[in-house]
Amino acid sequence: MYNNILQSIDNIAIWPMISFVIFFLFFLCLLWYVFTADKGFINTMKELPLNDGVKNSSTTINPR
Amino acid sequence: MELERFSYDNKVVKAFIIATVVFGLVGMLVGLTAAIQLFYPIFNFDTQYTTFGRIRPLHTNAIIFAFVGNAMFAGIYYSMQRLLKTRMFSDTLSWIHFWGWQLIILAAAISLPLGMTTSKEYAELEWPIDIAITVIWVVFGWNMIGTIIKRRERHMYVAIWFYIATFITVAVLHLVNSYEIPVTFFKSYSGYAGVQDALVQWWYGHNAVAFFLTTPYLGMMYYFLPKAANRPVYSYKLSIIHFWSLIFIYIWAGPHHLLYTSLPDWAQSLGVVFSIMLIAPSWGGMLNGLMTLRGAWDRVREEPVLKFMVVAVTAYGMATLEGPLLSLKNVNAIAHFTDWIVAHVHVGGLGWNGFLIFGILYWMVPRMWNTKLYSTSLANIHFWLGTLGIIFYAVPMYVSGVVQSLMWKEFNAEGFLVYKNFLETTVQILPLHMLRACGGALYLTGAIIMTYNLIKTAYAGTFIANEEAEAAPLTKVYRAPASGGWHHRILEHKPILFTVLSLVAILIGGAIEMVPTFLIKSNIPTIASVKPYTPLELHGRDIYIREGCVNCHTQMVRPFRSETERYGEYSKAGEYVYDHPFLWGSKRTGPDLQRTSGKYSNAWHYNHLLAPDAVSTGSIMPPYPWLFEQVIDKTQTAGKITALRRVGVPYAENYESTANDELDAQAKGIADNLKADGIEVMQEAEIVAIIAYLQRLGKDIKADKTASTTSKDQNP
Repeated sequence: MYNNILQSIDNIAIWPMISFVIFFLFFLCLLWYVFTADKGFINTMKELPLNDGVKNSSTTINPR
Repeated sequence: MELERFSYDNKVVKAFIIATVVFGLVGMLVGLTAAIQLFYPIFNFDTQYTTFGRIRPLHTNAIIFAFVGNAMFAGIYYSMQRLLKTRMFSDTLSWIHFWGWQLIILAAAISLPLGMTTSKEYAELEWPIDIAITVIWVVFGWNMIGTIIKRRERHMYVAIWFYIATFITVAVLHLVNSYEIPVTFFKSYSGYAGVQDALVQWWYGHNAVAFFLTTPYLGMMYYFLPKAANRPVYSYKLSIIHFWSLIFIYIWAGPHHLLYTSLPDWAQSLGVVFSIMLIAPSWGGMLNGLMTLRGAWDRVREEPVLKFMVVAVTAYGMATLEGPLLSLKNVNAIAHFTDWIVAHVHVGGLGWNGFLIFGILYWMVPRMWNTKLYSTSLANIHFWLGTLGIIFYAVPMYVSGVVQSLMWKEFNAEGFLVYKNFLETTVQILPLHMLRACGGALYLTGAIIMTYNLIKTAYAGTFIANEEAEAAPLTKVYRAPASGGWHHRILEHKPILFTVLSLVAILIGGAIEMVPTFLIKSNIPTIASVKPYTPLELHGRDIYIREGCVNCHTQMVRPFRSETERYGEYSKAGEYVYDHPFLWGSKRTGPDLQRTSGKYSNAWHYNHLLAPDAVSTGSIMPPYPWLFEQVIDKTQTAGKITALRRVGVPYAENYESTANDELDAQAKGIADNLKADGIEVMQEAEIVAIIAYLQRLGKDIKADKTASTTSKDQNP
């Protein structure tokens, strides 16, 4: 039954191949994108939530 | 650069917080009721509006869309303004969103107990409400994208990415899964049938978990956890990888809900592979959250907010390791249809969503009311009650799930099932269900204490409706600094491009999963003997849907010897081609019904639905006395036939004009048969229709077998 289903789709073998290629390329690009990122930029982004532009901000927990 | 002054809108956040707390308590109370019904059936209250079959979807919808949904909007509206240094795009849209969402919840709370349901899990709401959800979701997205466009912060922090992905993906899921043909204002049929309907439904169901219960909450984790810990996130690079890999992989994993069912094998394998891969981004996210607290663990000892968040992030990690493990076929063979799945879901729901919500509420409320939390010790009590609640919920359900499964599968030395009677397996786990209810009660008690604490906090402070802030406006022309290359900022300051790319990422997985099953007719081998339902059976099926039978009974015999011994032949894809919607179910509180036809007499079904306990001693199924008084609405027959023909069921031309005659004839046959057994019944009573439907289940395939054996006998 399993074989019948798969044989009834033309060139089914290309299907997992396409999935794999898309997947592989996606992650390659993602890793390249992340690891070549500028350190200064990453640090700026990291700090973003901690200053929210509120005057006399009470939104940070009192440091002890 | 001149600083601009503006204010953050806390008022709409406050409204969403109130809705979160109120619906949280309601949803948990309904859940506790459902839990108690499973060992004291008396708590079904003998009315048709409060049976487990109708209450369970009410609980899931209340928790997912009312509790978690409202909390998500509160968190998004609070954090988004501050991350983008601007007020929301439009206060009017914010309020339309708020009130629209509450009206949808109200409509759900009314329609579900009335039995108006599509029966597709977590998408039970009928078509007019589906349209309302679409409209309000667009309002939410419009408000969000508008806010992003008028921002004063050039680059979008990772939390905003998660919010965008949430908006986009939930929209796509909702539109695709809600394709249904209306019959009346309160009734529709799914546009898909059988295997295709199941695939779409679980692509939706799984990704509702991904993009309604996970991505917005990860966004909130990336904002509120650093705020509460007062230190930046551990690794921003990891959060980028976390985001893209999560949204890209999650979308492919839906078929793991359908392992060993009639779904084509290749689709099942695809789901398994991607589920295993999901461990990586999920754990990356969990570690990123926990590592953010490095050097702040001493504060975790004192701050209830951080305690809640630590347990939430840990529960996220546990649930996202367990999910992929459950999607391994050998593990799934044991866990599927049992209480194990319920435990798994609640580790995520109670632990991850619930605890993150509590942590965020304890953090936001004192700040919005410009005061201190009324009582830290009450918050600590809440924390321990909640944690114990989760343990008392999950552990008994794990034990219960394994016990159930092993009892279902046990053979004796002669090769017969040891527990031939399904009821034995039900009675065995009742004490565990009682423990589970205790766990739920503890958790609810904690939430009540929190409500008191938050109310006292609000009364002690003064609400800041508009929080003053200042920030420099964005310059019109932006050039990325030359240092460090160009590519790392091609996205973070281009919201529209970003949105489109997120959409592409989730569509790829969706397409690869769905396209073959939809384009290739021969994916579903047809079985000649399978015919559309008769009008009476159709009415019966709709009653089955209305009563929520699918919440306890599956219609999917998996290809294991233990199941074929107990129920009969395993289910084939071709058996479901006329099932709009499919009714495979996802939990066996009672036995599978796919092969019910001919197993019991009409009189047995009659008595069983009237008083289940009298027929099967110890049964926890509620009685359905109203089925004997209410009559079938024959005026709807023609509409149902026409609607089903529109979605591809091959009813003959003009069949609707004679359908009711056929219905009467079949009903008379059942009524006469009952009379022979000494039972007087109204021919039009709903019970007759449901008996007709139950006696049809699996009949076609049995006929197919009989036909083929006879032909074999004739041609040796």
